[in-house]
Amino acid sequence: MTAAVNPKKLIKGGLHDWEVVIGMEIHAQVTSRSKLFSGASTEFGGEPNDHVSLVDAAMPGMLPVINEECVAQAVRTGLGLKAQINHRSVFDRKNYFYPDLPQGYQISQFKDPIVGEGEVLVDLAEGETITVGIERLHLEQDAGKSLHDQNPTQSFVDLNRSGVALMEIVSRPDLRSSEEARAYVTKLRTILRYLGTCDGDMEKGSLRADVNVSVRKPGAPLGTRCEIKNVNSIRFIGQAIETEARRQIAIIEDGGTISQETRLFDPGKGETRSMRSKEEAHDYRYFPDPDLLPLEFDQAYVDALAAGLPELPDAKKARFIETYGLSSYDAGVLIAERASADYFEAVATGRDGKAAANWVINELFGRLNKEGHSIETSPVSATQLGAIVDLIGEGVISGKIAKDLFEIVWSEGGDPREVVESRGMKQVTDTGAIEAAVDAIIAKNPDKVSQAREKPTLLGWFVGQTMKATGGKANPAAVNALLKAKLGIE
Amino acid sequence: MSVDATTVRRIAHLARIAVSEDEVAPLQGELNAILAFVEQLGAVDVTGVEPMTSVTPMAMKKRRDVVTDGAKADAIVANAPETEDHYFLVPKVVE
Repeated sequence: MTAAVNPKKLIKGGLHDWEVVIGMEIHAQVTSRSKLFSGASTEFGGEPNDHVSLVDAAMPGMLPVINEECVAQAVRTGLGLKAQINHRSVFDRKNYFYPDLPQGYQISQFKDPIVGEGEVLVDLAEGETITVGIERLHLEQDAGKSLHDQNPTQSFVDLNRSGVALMEIVSRPDLRSSEEARAYVTKLRTILRYLGTCDGDMEKGSLRADVNVSVRKPGAPLGTRCEIKNVNSIRFIGQAIETEARRQIAIIEDGGTISQETRLFDPGKGETRSMRSKEEAHDYRYFPDPDLLPLEFDQAYVDALAAGLPELPDAKKARFIETYGLSSYDAGVLIAERASADYFEAVATGRDGKAAANWVINELFGRLNKEGHSIETSPVSATQLGAIVDLIGEGVISGKIAKDLFEIVWSEGGDPREVVESRGMKQVTDTGAIEAAVDAIIAKNPDKVSQAREKPTLLGWFVGQTMKATGGKANPAAVNALLKAKLGIE
Repeated sequence: MSVDATTVRRIAHLARIAVSEDEVAPLQGELNAILAFVEQLGAVDVTGVEPMTSVTPMAMKKRRDVVTDGAKADAIVANAPETEDHYFLVPKVVE
């Protein structure tokens, strides 16, 4: 990407401004029942070494057999990233030595990955959209887990995660700020969750990022980069980039140079530090895995998977704007999670889209956040919220009463229509009843009536009194019209 | 292609094989003999020949995505020198 340098994204140094350049490698755990090369379960947790086959434990003579669903998931993801799908890819051995890697190598794809170049559109604040290039996506095995705090002299190794399929998604160095990096990971996560190829659960380690950071004078050639390994939350990704960029700027401005290395972000201390002990292990001696044939499929296979893809976030957003007349911002909020988008559509179908969006975003999302609910556990169903929107649209209740109704449905449940009926929340549109209330107020306040002729803004006070007298149920439009006529206000 | 003594020490270290100083020279000789032997293949002209991935032309075998294995932690750790609660125990690997 050769976008012009945006001065707002630069970091102020002591001497001049600096541009930060970021590329990311995201490890996304493939959603599948069994592992990439064995029939053991991928389920999170479990008793130690319970989800382990003799293949995952690298017992002699065991041979890997690929899980066809993991292949399909990688192709689906490639399609979601508008990427080139390679009909022939090759598995290689990446050799390194660590106790939670029983094979002594990770089966990965080096020279010929299953997915080639693609792109992700990322929306930023203030309506800016950037395109982030995807360099490749490949399939590989996850490692096991080592626990270091169980015993003073020994580490405990659990291989339950060993052999679970990962997709490594490598971006181009197209990101220019921590905000862009966070937005990119957020968008990528949304796409993966829509596709159903990765659950995106960062707390369980289903999505982890290695972040490459370098700094340069704006427009200068790329600086030397450092790789920050295994950052496991979107917030920490932002913090790690800010911290690392400032560390590099300070070194260069002091006349030093950056050495290319792997670093670790410590959120507690707010610093990155060198992982020197792993430096020499970088000689991975890749070679094609002789236990596995090349992975080959034809275009018909890809087409069939493409035909089964759900509507993706970008398309859904465009459709929401087009069909329901939503703003780009509102549409963006609604499509961030597929469940939210589905909920909104259930409310909006056959109704006013903007009104539906307002209720979902402002009332429902606000309330869900406050109470720590997700859309899946919302106490108010889409059918119930739809009924509330209908009642407003039909003029049965006012917008103000609708908020009270929402509260009742939230805490007590029930059919909104019945609630309105049984609790007498109906808006009074009967002019006779409203007129009686208006007349009473006018009769009680002759001074205000005469003032109102001079000062028409007093109308608001009369409206307020009438609403109070009718328990908020009077139709505001009818009240306004009646008062204007009776007070002689134009 | 041949390897020097430094390369011998380095690949031994990468494979976590302990090689004493007086073993380096003999190993270097053996490795270079193997490399020279394999290097004879370089004499064959393979211009235009696609690398062979299998003796018989066949597609990679694939599995359906079902759980068919696991739940045998006893067997998994049976050969381990040290275990506890079905964990493998190894010398501490972090400082």
